[in-house]
Amino acid sequence: MRRPSLAVLCTPIFVYLVAPTLIVVPMAFSASTFLEFPPAHLSMRWFNEYITDERWLLATWRSLRVAFSVMVLATVIGTLAALALQQARGRTATLLKLLILSPIMLPVIIYAIAVYALYSRLHLVGTDLGLVLAHTILAVPFVFLTVTATSARYNVLLDRAAASSGAGPWRTFWEIRLPLIRRGVLAGALFAFITSFDEVVVALFVGGLDATLPKRMFDELRWNLNPTIAAVATILVSLTTLVLWAGMRSRRPIARES
Amino acid sequence: MTTGAAGWVVRLSGRAASPRRKLMIHRAVRFQVLLAPVLMLFAVFYVYPIVRMLAISFTAGRHSSFSLDQYQAVFTSSLYLSVIADTLRISAAATVGALLMGYPVAYLLARAKERAAGWLMTLLLLPFWTSLLVRTYAWMVLLQREGVVNTTLRQLGLIDRPLPTMFNEVGVLIGTTHILLPFMIFPIYSVLKGIDPDLAKAAAGLGAGPGQVFRKITLPLSLPGVGAGVMIVFISALGFFVTPALLGGGKVIVIAMTIEKLINDFVNWELAAALATVLLVVTALFVVLYERVLGTERMWS
Repeated sequence: MRRPSLAVLCTPIFVYLVAPTLIVVPMAFSASTFLEFPPAHLSMRWFNEYITDERWLLATWRSLRVAFSVMVLATVIGTLAALALQQARGRTATLLKLLILSPIMLPVIIYAIAVYALYSRLHLVGTDLGLVLAHTILAVPFVFLTVTATSARYNVLLDRAAASSGAGPWRTFWEIRLPLIRRGVLAGALFAFITSFDEVVVALFVGGLDATLPKRMFDELRWNLNPTIAAVATILVSLTTLVLWAGMRSRRPIARES
Repeated sequence: MTTGAAGWVVRLSGRAASPRRKLMIHRAVRFQVLLAPVLMLFAVFYVYPIVRMLAISFTAGRHSSFSLDQYQAVFTSSLYLSVIADTLRISAAATVGALLMGYPVAYLLARAKERAAGWLMTLLLLPFWTSLLVRTYAWMVLLQREGVVNTTLRQLGLIDRPLPTMFNEVGVLIGTTHILLPFMIFPIYSVLKGIDPDLAKAAAGLGAGPGQVFRKITLPLSLPGVGAGVMIVFISALGFFVTPALLGGGKVIVIAMTIEKLINDFVNWELAAALATVLLVVTALFVVLYERVLGTERMWS
């Protein structure tokens, strides 16, 4: 009885949610320099602009490089921390968990200026290393959460079973535990990658002169609305759709496990 | 904790190692080794810079001793006070908007058949995983003077002049709510999904109408999800920078934008640090308030 009316109520909300993500696609194929929707003439002009503009390409390359490093670093560090704290109880463990998770709650502008001040003294402003370390701090909590969520279901008796069968701690980890928490680790890695790849506020402060992709987009949006950004946005939306579609195909959609 | 664990190892290894002690040593060492990377990284690149920023906010300038000048400046200037008030107002409005739209969607999602729910979830995840900048850009395209919203409304004959939908608070609100909406939907959805459907059936069997079942059973039981969603959306909105900076067009100023301006344009680190501390304290207050009401465990589930 209620369901049809609920669906009617929800339709405009879904349109509000999804339409803006899709609207950039026709924009990218516009032939005009001005923002017009729907575009009067179609062209590949802005894609061409993107792949021939060295600044866009360098920014993209830098973002990919940094995000990949963050993914590796945050996944290793966050997984280790989750394994250490998963059975730990008590005050110290709770405080450590809060510390590791706190970057999610902290407004990123606060972290950005704090780390900018530190980097100014350490001469890390503008370096890839500085960006990787700062983004890793922001990404570790997501890895910690996803790994903790999957290993909550892990049966500790398996460790003892492995040990009594003669496996050392390393072997137990690689052959028993890691395969069982794999989904959490992979989801965490994806989160870590996206966290860095999409991050703009920290990059704005400590990124230096060579922009990352989000910083370049931000500057572009702030000062001139060139349709090249629609082409970039279309590429990003297509990638997102592709990943989601792949996730749908392989069992469940990749949902945020937090 | 680390020293505590190290103490354990030293004390334990001094004695004859029984198998039980060996296991404890092993545990303590493992605990330390696994936690060492995260603790080192967080100490140097997270805790230290933030503590230092807090310290800077209590000085009057370089090489100055303790002073409350910056806080006095923040709390006596009508400019900063109005920025703080605007930020709180925009965040509250975005939270209310997200709740009004998020609850029905979460409800629909929780009630939908598995296949339909899968599709709806994908529709939700698409914007959720899409770059914040892409979505903000989309709103700039939609909301500008000659943008899609204005053109459509004019073609429908609903308005004669373009509505001012961008470079003002309305635009900031539309964009902020859009970006944070999924964070409202997911926690409410997961709580609704966990409610035993038999409860509603039992209530209906006892003669409650659908409206009554919702008011007396579903709504009260879903409140923890609502609380989680409200808190996540509100504190995220408090720190928003990119969306107000772009959709506000410089006419809407929030705390995060003021902090950026103080550092990049005025190089006033102390005042920026004080304002950041105010933002930090406000955020922390809401987290603590939430934790008091609903408990920490809920926060991360």
